[in-house]
Amino acid sequence: MHELSDVYSYLRWKKRFPAVWCPGCGIGSIMGAIIRAIIDLEIPKDDIAFISGIGCTGRMPVYLDFNTMHTTHGRALPFATGIKMHRPEMKVIVVSGDGDSLAIGGNHFIHAARRNIDITMILVNNSIYGMTGGQVAPTTPIGKVTHTMPYGNYEPPFNPVELAVSAGGSFAARGTVFSILQTTGYIKKAIKHPGFALVEIISQCPVQYGRMNNLGSARDMLLMQKKNSVPIKKAKEMSEEDLDGKIITGIFKEEIKTEYSSAYRNFAKEIRDGTGREDSP
Amino acid sequence: MTLNRKSPRGNPLLFIQGNEACVYGAIHAGCNFFAGYPITPSTEITEGMSVNLPGIGGTFMQMEDEIASIAAIIGASAAGAVSMTATSGPGFSLMQENIGYAYMVQLPIVIINVQRGGPSTGLPTMLSQADTMQARWGTHGDYTAIVLTASSVQEAYNVTIRAFQIADRFSTPVIVLLDELIGHMREKVELTMINNKNPVRRKLPEVPPEWYFPYKNTLDMVSHPAPFGEGFRYNITGLIHDKAGFPSSVEHEVINRMEFLRNKIMQHCQEIWDYREFYTEDAKYLIIAYGSAARAARGAIETLRNMRIKGGLIELKTVWPFPYLPISKIAEKAKSKIIFVAENNMGQLVHPVNEIFSNSVKVFNINRFDGHAIDPYEIVDMVKENIYA
Repeated sequence: MHELSDVYSYLRWKKRFPAVWCPGCGIGSIMGAIIRAIIDLEIPKDDIAFISGIGCTGRMPVYLDFNTMHTTHGRALPFATGIKMHRPEMKVIVVSGDGDSLAIGGNHFIHAARRNIDITMILVNNSIYGMTGGQVAPTTPIGKVTHTMPYGNYEPPFNPVELAVSAGGSFAARGTVFSILQTTGYIKKAIKHPGFALVEIISQCPVQYGRMNNLGSARDMLLMQKKNSVPIKKAKEMSEEDLDGKIITGIFKEEIKTEYSSAYRNFAKEIRDGTGREDSP
Repeated sequence: MTLNRKSPRGNPLLFIQGNEACVYGAIHAGCNFFAGYPITPSTEITEGMSVNLPGIGGTFMQMEDEIASIAAIIGASAAGAVSMTATSGPGFSLMQENIGYAYMVQLPIVIINVQRGGPSTGLPTMLSQADTMQARWGTHGDYTAIVLTASSVQEAYNVTIRAFQIADRFSTPVIVLLDELIGHMREKVELTMINNKNPVRRKLPEVPPEWYFPYKNTLDMVSHPAPFGEGFRYNITGLIHDKAGFPSSVEHEVINRMEFLRNKIMQHCQEIWDYREFYTEDAKYLIIAYGSAARAARGAIETLRNMRIKGGLIELKTVWPFPYLPISKIAEKAKSKIIFVAENNMGQLVHPVNEIFSNSVKVFNINRFDGHAIDPYEIVDMVKENIYA
């Protein structure tokens, strides 16, 4: 367990609170989980670069006492790539919503995974665009109602974890806000992992997604996460029909692969050691 | 190319393209981070940086697109890098949102735009100066841009170095606006700064972290956000922010931020403005041009003078902020009757010139937009036509 005063010391709580998030939102719990993971890992605050894009999740850096950067919509990963490449000793953590990282930032997402650059990506998946008022996201399940899918969504959604793995990411896990302690464990593993590490966290948006689809209060939505969660081991034994609408949780991939920023440093060192072209100025 | 020839001052002499000169300029200025995406006619800059940066401890990355390229160099700049990217028309359009971000968060970056014909894919391999206005007004919102230019390969080398110095001085993006002719032309270049003793390096704050405010108004109106990882933890955001970097929409904070972004450049115009004069002392007919158009104008002036027509040229090396004060002073002193603006587009630079002279002096525009350089005789004909009219 963590002392509340320890958690508070990571917040810019004197200046910035109350937070912008709606009552019942899951992002606050996820922020708490990230802080607790960092406390356990004992990483100095100065060594952490905490980057976000735009959206509800994009507002998280303001509240945290790290080197924080709130960038443009969908571009958190390339900004983070620049930071990691110039200061490879820093721990770079990206928080991003589902629309931010999979729609407008989808290209950067697959390329960061392909490079396997040492960035921890916390993807908060609430199945909707919250900040703009509840429009369809690339993660909205088929049939669900949003403000831009008033007759029900007919676009098939992404599976972010599978996407990251197939693009080349070396760590991928999925957790829920309901089982936040388990999710904290995934975040810890992801931060420690040398390479592109994705943690997708299924979160609840009672104000937009829940309201439009009659899913009840935040409590009801959290209980639904509990009911629908299936651990990955158990899911392997289940049929596809049984898995329909379920949330498969657990670590999908954990593998040590060549990491981009260290590979670049090694390659650059070789060039400096004498194999470089002679016309270098 | 090998460095086997030396200038009298002992510097290497090369016969290279304008784009390659930009590479040398960037390296000699102290650039240690480049992220880019290949696009004609600026690809040679990206290629040159990939050859040179790894060997000097810098980082080169070819990104997935131009949006990622500009994002990566802004991120690297936040981490303390001296960073740059190079692109052309379509790529420059893609970068606009994040260029605006860099203006807002006040991080120094250099963007080289080797202009090609547009709109859209346009004329990829041909010359144009049609991004003149985009370089000033490309991203959304109110802001003040610094845009430098060059009309020879030597100047391309010099202006790249200057761009890094100015970006660092004012902690803001600086755009180097070349055109395809300058980028691809080969000329002799003296690498005057090869042993640069003062490469651009990011400054650390002089106060302890607990007293540090990244966006505090200083006496000289410039704030320099500290590099990440040095113990000065603060927030960077593209939202309007207060002096600590936290979002704010309080009226006086908004006004303060917006005025600060303008004033830090407009109060230092004299430092930024750069131009060259040819026969302007008695220039009844004054030509204003930059880049390849200025080369044609120089030839035209020689011809006009041989014909005993008092032509003169102001060749801009700073396009934005527009050097309205020097231009109006020169024109006033020379008692210029007609101003000609020569440019490779359908008329962009002519607008700020019109703004200066409004109705007092006649302003004519000499345009060419077929992808070819302006011919000196076109300018001569145009001048003759209008002065005898």
